[in-house]
Amino acid sequence: MAYNLLLGGAAGQGIETTASILEKLLKRSGCHLFTTRDFMSRIRGGHNFIQIRFGDQPLYSHADSLDCVVALDAPTAALHTDRLSPDGVLLCDESVESSDTRALRLALTATARELGNPRYAGSVAAGAILRLFGVAFEETAVREVLGTYLRPELADGNTVAFRRGYDMATERFQPLSGDASGHMLVTGSQTMALGALASGLRFYAAYPMSPSTPILEYLASKSLEAGVVVVEQAEDEIAAINLAIGASYAGVRAMTATSGGGFSLMVEALGLAGITEIPLVVADIQRPGPATGLPTRTEQADLQFVLSASQGEFPRAVLSVRSHREIWHQTRRAFELADRYQVPVILLGDQYLGDASATMPVPEVSPVRLPAEAMAEALQKAKDNLSEDRPYLRYEITESGVSPRLLPGKSPHLVIVDSDEHDEEGLITESADVRRAMVDKRARKSVGLAADMEEPDWIGPTREGEPVPTDLLLLGWGSLWGPLHEAVAILTAAGRSVGALVWGDLYPFPAARLTALSASAQKVVNVEQNSTGQLARLVRQETGLACHASILRYDGRQLSGDQIADRIQREVSE
Amino acid sequence: MIHEHFESRETAWCPGCGNFAILDCLKKALAELGKSPSEVLVAAGIGQAAKTPQFITANAFCGLHGRALPPATAIKIANESLTVILDTGDGDSYGEGGNHFLHAIRRNIDLAHFVHDNQIYGLTKGQASPTTGQGHKTPAQTGGSQNTPLNPLLVALAAGAGFVARGFTGEREQLIDLMKQAISYRGYALLDIFQPCVSFNKVNTHQDYARRTYKLDESHDPTDRLAAMALAMETGDRMPLGVLYRVESPTFHDRNPVLREGGPLLDRPFDPALIAGFLRELV
Repeated sequence: MAYNLLLGGAAGQGIETTASILEKLLKRSGCHLFTTRDFMSRIRGGHNFIQIRFGDQPLYSHADSLDCVVALDAPTAALHTDRLSPDGVLLCDESVESSDTRALRLALTATARELGNPRYAGSVAAGAILRLFGVAFEETAVREVLGTYLRPELADGNTVAFRRGYDMATERFQPLSGDASGHMLVTGSQTMALGALASGLRFYAAYPMSPSTPILEYLASKSLEAGVVVVEQAEDEIAAINLAIGASYAGVRAMTATSGGGFSLMVEALGLAGITEIPLVVADIQRPGPATGLPTRTEQADLQFVLSASQGEFPRAVLSVRSHREIWHQTRRAFELADRYQVPVILLGDQYLGDASATMPVPEVSPVRLPAEAMAEALQKAKDNLSEDRPYLRYEITESGVSPRLLPGKSPHLVIVDSDEHDEEGLITESADVRRAMVDKRARKSVGLAADMEEPDWIGPTREGEPVPTDLLLLGWGSLWGPLHEAVAILTAAGRSVGALVWGDLYPFPAARLTALSASAQKVVNVEQNSTGQLARLVRQETGLACHASILRYDGRQLSGDQIADRIQREVSE
Repeated sequence: MIHEHFESRETAWCPGCGNFAILDCLKKALAELGKSPSEVLVAAGIGQAAKTPQFITANAFCGLHGRALPPATAIKIANESLTVILDTGDGDSYGEGGNHFLHAIRRNIDLAHFVHDNQIYGLTKGQASPTTGQGHKTPAQTGGSQNTPLNPLLVALAAGAGFVARGFTGEREQLIDLMKQAISYRGYALLDIFQPCVSFNKVNTHQDYARRTYKLDESHDPTDRLAAMALAMETGDRMPLGVLYRVESPTFHDRNPVLREGGPLLDRPFDPALIAGFLRELV
């Protein structure tokens, strides 16, 4: 069971802080959380809202139906009460006129003024909310959480305001509790940054671009404390990726992140990493394009772009992320795959998961073998071919396509790399034979990469852990994993025979599970956050399978499980 | 095979090209500084000059056109024990790479940037470069280049570079000395080198440079930034050769608290407990 709470106001009214405080207190009470932020691309004014969904089980997406709307301004009440459930609560200041029978008009502002600071109004509201949902008031906990955001005297004042709000309301909802009190509460961006740190990240370069900027800011905030991570704001995205490539060539794990516009600038250098065989992790946190598009909103429209970005042919891996837990997993894998195959790996995220905060169990941090440590083994391998008159061959032709990698300055051998086609030593050549050999060598790395790709997750009926084919087969990827979970549950409850395959790893495309499950499906439907069905195109390209119908959304807002289920029922007959 | 000395590989330059003199001087400067090939990294983007890293026995990073500075910067960040030298052209440095040029100066990253400034595009056969003179006719500027030529020394001084010098391939002894100074300088060092392009620039010839340049003597105070700017503005028939400006200030590594101490970044161990601590903060 879960509740869904919406906090709305103008930019600058402090809803972000109020929401963060509520999230922390709800988590302390054991609730699992999934919070989405809907921001306009402006610093002051406009209408912003935050939806906090909390419950006794893990949550992976938002929902449409609201149990409580907290309106710090009049537009919030006007815009969102149509989604408020019949027995929900519209909590607003007593000054807001409302004929809605669900309205609970409280003296939020007046109480704050009485306590000497109009900015306490958010805390008065937060206190009232906790009471409505039956969360116990623990003054020390409230004070401690407020203290992480506010100066001591303000934290004290807000704690009093919180108590006053708590006393104004009465319990309206059955209290919920789960086992999440020991979980982390993290945004997707923080999770990616932490996954990178846990992968031995030593160098991060980026140019600020929504919605990727929080990764830069989290890493910058930890750089000094970590003592081993250099974070550099580049002059542009071209510099950012070229910096990351240089650092990786020299022997440290390096990464850059951006959104589609910045990725467009990085494209040439992606090919540089490809031909020079330098490990590289690039995250594209998608937002709606083209060009500037909708800067603070979400989309999944860069898939086809990243699959073939940059001229020429070279192996790459494209990994998307499906949940907060998986952002950690995929980021760790991105670094491992980049090193193992000496290729660029693209992590495909989006604004929805990047900015959403959620509870997740604390993952284990395992040891990492850094490039400098791995070099001894590479030197041993390379030695078989080194002699008095034979230099180190950075691009030695091997069966796997992967050559022993030495680092410059870490041995007496020279490490020569060039963006021109080159021979095994790294020297420029126009030889037709060498060209063919090098193209083939690089291409062979895709064979290993493909074997390392993970099959899509199956959401649907299973027998002895194996998927049971269904009549209706939904296909999705990335952040639609959470909504598809809920959609499958809703449709199953409505009597449909339905399952969903949701890809995390997208390229090289893992197709085995799809081939097995599509054979007996009556209908295959792709569900995506874009207008052209980019996954469906990839599926058809890789398997020949054509989807029968598409559920697409491309207005910058994420599909919910309810919406997917509703559209399937209306648009896809049995 | 281990290269004990800085040697040339087979080159692909036109006979008489100024690049030969620069390559020769580079080898001598590195040898005289007592460097060994494996501790030196020569980086470049794309262009005729940018092939230099391919033609000398040292570690080499030849990246994308205009994009030599960012990887070279990060190579130095990752492994400060490498001597990092950029050897590339005027188009690579000031045209396609102009933005990086400004920001490398701001970072004051410890590397030496040698710009083979022949005031023309050689690799693409003779179009104007950012330093091509006004009125200079080329296959792409058929009526003569209209744009004001970039003054790289003045730009570098204005942007805050701490080492700004100019050399000429016709003055080899001085060029070797300037290279040694630039390599030894702690911070970003710009050495713009006049060199003739015998195939595509019939205006700025060896004789032309020899006639229009003069060597700075001891009367110039290289710590005087305004005097250096005045010298940089001598662009007509009397252009200075030598160190215009040299003042050391904290480098990127000095300013960065992670790099300031602790040795090369790539040698630092991974500590799972540290990351686990970051995770616990979020509980």
